[in-house]
Amino acid sequence: MTAIAHPTPDALLAAYATGSLPQHYALVMATQVSLSDDARATYEAHQAVGGSLMANGRGEAVSDGLKQNVLALLDAPVHEKPRQVRKGPLPGPVMEALNGAEPRWSPLGMGIRQCIIGADRHGSVRLLSIPPGQAVPDHGHNGMELTLVLQGSFSDETGRYGVGDLEIADADLEHTPIADPGETCICLAATDAPLRFSALLPRLLQRVFRI
Amino acid sequence: DPEFSAQTVWMLAVRDRRDRAAFEALFDDFAPRLKGFMMRGGMGAAQAEEIVQEVMLTVWRKASMYDPARAQVAAWIYQIARNRQIDVIRKERRPVPEDIGGFPDPEPDGGQVLAVEQEAGALKEALARLKPAQREVIEKAYMGELTHQEISDQTGLPLGTIKSRIRLGLERLRHELKDMR
Ligand SMILES: [Zn+2]
Ligand SMILES: [Zn+2]
Repeated sequence: MTAIAHPTPDALLAAYATGSLPQHYALVMATQVSLSDDARATYEAHQAVGGSLMANGRGEAVSDGLKQNVLALLDAPVHEKPRQVRKGPLPGPVMEALNGAEPRWSPLGMGIRQCIIGADRHGSVRLLSIPPGQAVPDHGHNGMELTLVLQGSFSDETGRYGVGDLEIADADLEHTPIADPGETCICLAATDAPLRFSALLPRLLQRVFRI
Repeated sequence: DPEFSAQTVWMLAVRDRRDRAAFEALFDDFAPRLKGFMMRGGMGAAQAEEIVQEVMLTVWRKASMYDPARAQVAAWIYQIARNRQIDVIRKERRPVPEDIGGFPDPEPDGGQVLAVEQEAGALKEALARLKPAQREVIEKAYMGELTHQEISDQTGLPLGTIKSRIRLGLERLRHELKDMR
């Protein structure tokens, strides 16, 4: 097994496994677990801890009819919507969030495109498409920004990120991610607060494009 | 295999033979613990039982996905329960990872299954040795009551060696998947 350059912090996968991450971040983590065996191993290790706590804790007697109810339903037909599967560089959880539709890209300038998957008062999650060699304007963060690479790679002040790698940027980091030469870099990025761009023009863009 | 835990044997009987008696045994074993876990997390008895019902039905319906070489039954059920609980509380569908691809090996590697069970045993002991206050914090975390930051601050989450075990299991799975292509 090759060493991973940017191991995802245990606490982040714990927060995802235990269900305490907000929805936008949870989408990024579900996608990372789909892409990275290392992330999956950590995620499943947390399930083991959760399972142990659940199975070795005090039980509460269930009502008399519960078991009979369950047994009676075992053969009942289930109408469950099938889960969306991977399409090109977009893993299943992303396709699920897009309801199976193609991403609707909108230009951000300089060849960069985005597709907002979800945005509310808690923040946003979006796909970003960055042409090879192109830089994303220098920006800081108000909250935590999670950026997961789905295709290609990018580099910034903190290193190089390839498919399945997650960059965690907090308020302390000012960075200028640049897509590496070769393939168009596609990322899934979630923030819990609007980004603040350093340059004036991007700040205007920020309002227009809801970054 | 008589060396496997009772839960694993029941679960494999459900998975491979749709064995109803084994499912009832699983229900008797897990339903009260699930209910207790949900209620300690602040749910009322009626809602907790609704979740228990859905979780146990999911165990029956998704049994084909269960892989004893990767997870103990309790770990598998825990995640089903948490996902369901979050969907109910937040009224939104929680993003879940892709399945690992293909169905689990019908003849699981016994050594790997036992390794998973041994790790779970070690984990149980580690949790039992905690001071009550410590255990309470950890239980809170796994019931989803701590934020990402609060979990970061809790340095002592007892993962130990279970991670490397699961990683070994995944490594093996990956080789198997490669051979299938
Ligand atoms: Zn790093
Ligand atoms: Zn950033």
